[in-house]
Amino acid sequence: MIVLLGVALVVVGFALRINPLLVVTVAGIVSALLAGLTPLHILEGFGSGFAASRSVTLAFFVLPIIGLLERYGLQQRAKQLVSRAAGLTAGRLLLAYLFFRQLLAAFGLTSIGGTPQMVRPVIYPMAEGAALRAYGAVNDDVTETIKANAAAADTIGAFFGEDCFVAIGSVLLIAGYVDASYHLKLDALQIAIWAIPTAVAAFLIHGFRLLRLDGRLARMID
Amino acid sequence: MIGADWIYWLCGGFFFIAGVLIAYDRTHPKRWPTAAFWCLFGASLCAGTLVPAWLLGAAVIIMALLGGVGLTSRGNVRTTSDAEREASATRLRNLLFVPALTIPAVTVIVAVGGGRISIGGRAFLVPGSQTLVGLGVATIAALGVGWLLLRPKNPAIAFVEGRRLLEAIGWATLLPQMLATLGLLFTQAGVGTQVGAIMQHIVPEHSRFLAVLAYAVGMALFTIIMGNAFAAFPIMTAAVGWPILVQQMGANPAPMFAIGMLAGFCGTLCTPMAANFNLVPPALLEMKDKYGQIKTQIPTAIAIFAVNVCLMLIVPFR
Repeated sequence: MIVLLGVALVVVGFALRINPLLVVTVAGIVSALLAGLTPLHILEGFGSGFAASRSVTLAFFVLPIIGLLERYGLQQRAKQLVSRAAGLTAGRLLLAYLFFRQLLAAFGLTSIGGTPQMVRPVIYPMAEGAALRAYGAVNDDVTETIKANAAAADTIGAFFGEDCFVAIGSVLLIAGYVDASYHLKLDALQIAIWAIPTAVAAFLIHGFRLLRLDGRLARMID
Repeated sequence: MIGADWIYWLCGGFFFIAGVLIAYDRTHPKRWPTAAFWCLFGASLCAGTLVPAWLLGAAVIIMALLGGVGLTSRGNVRTTSDAEREASATRLRNLLFVPALTIPAVTVIVAVGGGRISIGGRAFLVPGSQTLVGLGVATIAALGVGWLLLRPKNPAIAFVEGRRLLEAIGWATLLPQMLATLGLLFTQAGVGTQVGAIMQHIVPEHSRFLAVLAYAVGMALFTIIMGNAFAAFPIMTAAVGWPILVQQMGANPAPMFAIGMLAGFCGTLCTPMAANFNLVPPALLEMKDKYGQIKTQIPTAIAIFAVNVCLMLIVPFR
C-alpha cells in the first residue's frame, strides 16, 4: 500500500502547480525507494526508461524546417489564404480540421497532423485569420481560446480516430494482452470496429462545441 | 534492415546544436545551465542504449533537475519581423506550403511503401519503426525542399529557427519521456497491482451497471494518474474487466475491452500527465495558460465518457 505514496506525490505536486519535471522525478525516486530498489537500480530505471521512450521526442525533429518556413512567413500566408474565404469562421475551420484529422487517423495516418507540423504553422494561424476577418481585431483572450481549441481539436481527432485502425498501438495492445493472458483469440478488426460508435460520438460532441466556438469568440470581442 | 537509430542521432544532433548556439549567446539570461540542458539532452538521445543505463539515468536526472528547479530559461532569438514575414508571404505565396506538405506526404510513402519492401526475404525497414523512419526521411526531404525553394543565404539558419521553437517549448520537451519513465518505475514498484487489488475489493459483483461503471471509471481515473490508457488497461482488465464482466456476467470481450480502452482515452484528455498531448502543444503555441488545452478538452471528455458507459452497458451484453 505504501508504494501508492508516489502516486499521491504526483497528484499533490500537480495540484500545487509545482514544476512537473521536478514532481515526476521526485515521485519516481520515492516510489522506487519505497519498493526497495537500490540507488543504482533507480538510475538504471531512469536510463532505460529514457532510452526506451525516445520515439516521443522525435516529434521535435521537424522544428528546424518549421522554424525556417515561419521565418519566411508560413503563418502569415495561412492567414492571408483564409482572409479571402468568406463564410469560413474559426469554429468551422477547426471543425473541418477535426474531421480530416479523425478520418486520416482512422486509416492509420496519425503522422499527418500534430502540433509541430500542422497546428502551429498552419491551423492556428488560419483560425486566427478567420477571426481577424470576422472581428477586425482580436484580443489576448480570443487568441488564447483559439490556440487551446486548435490544440484540442488535434488531440481529440487523433485519439478517437486512430482506434478505428487495426494496426494501431492501442488495438494491438488489447488483442495482445487479452490473447496472452486469457488464451482468447480476439480479432483486431473486431476491436477496431467497436471503436467506431465512440468515434462518431466524439466527432458529434466536439464538432457541436466547435460550432458554438464562434459565438463564444464574438462575446469575448464585445 | 533500416531501423530508427539514425533518426535519434540526427534529432540528438539538432538538440546538441541548439545547446551550442545557446552557449554562444551572450544575451541569454540563463546561458550556461540552459546550454548544458540541451547539450545533455542531445547527447542522451544519441547515446541511447550505447552507454550503461545508470550513466544515462544520471544524465536524465541532471537534466530533470536543471529544468525542474528553474535554472533554464528562454533566450531571445533574432528572427524576421512581422512586416518582413508578410512581405515574404506575399512574394512566395503557396510555395511556402510545399515543404510543409512534403512532411506528411513522404512520411506516408515511406511508412506504407517502405514497409512492404523486403530484400532477400528480410524486411527493408525494421518492423515497428516504419513510421519513425518515414518521419525522419520526410523531415530531411522537407528541409532539402525548403532550402531549394527559399534559398536562405545561410542554410544553417534553419537550426537557429529550430532552436527558437525548441526554446519556446523549453524543459517541457523532456516531460513526455520523464512521464514514460515514471510509468515504468510505478510498474516496477507494483503500483498497478496495488490499485488492482483495491478495485477488486470495492467492485460489487452482482450489479452489471456498477461493475461497468467501475471498469470505465477505473480506466479513466487510472489513466489520469498514469497519463496513459495503455498502462491502465492491463490493470483494470485483470481486476474488473475479465473476472467480473466477461467471466461472471458473460460480456462479449471485443467490444467491452475496445470501449473500455476508449473510456481510458477520455481520462487522457483531462490529465497533465499526458504531457506530449496536453502540455507540449500549449508550450509550442506559446499559450499563457499551460493548462488551457486541458480545460478546453474536459467537457468533451466527460460527454464522450458518458457515451462510452452507455455503449458498454448495451453492446457487449447483446
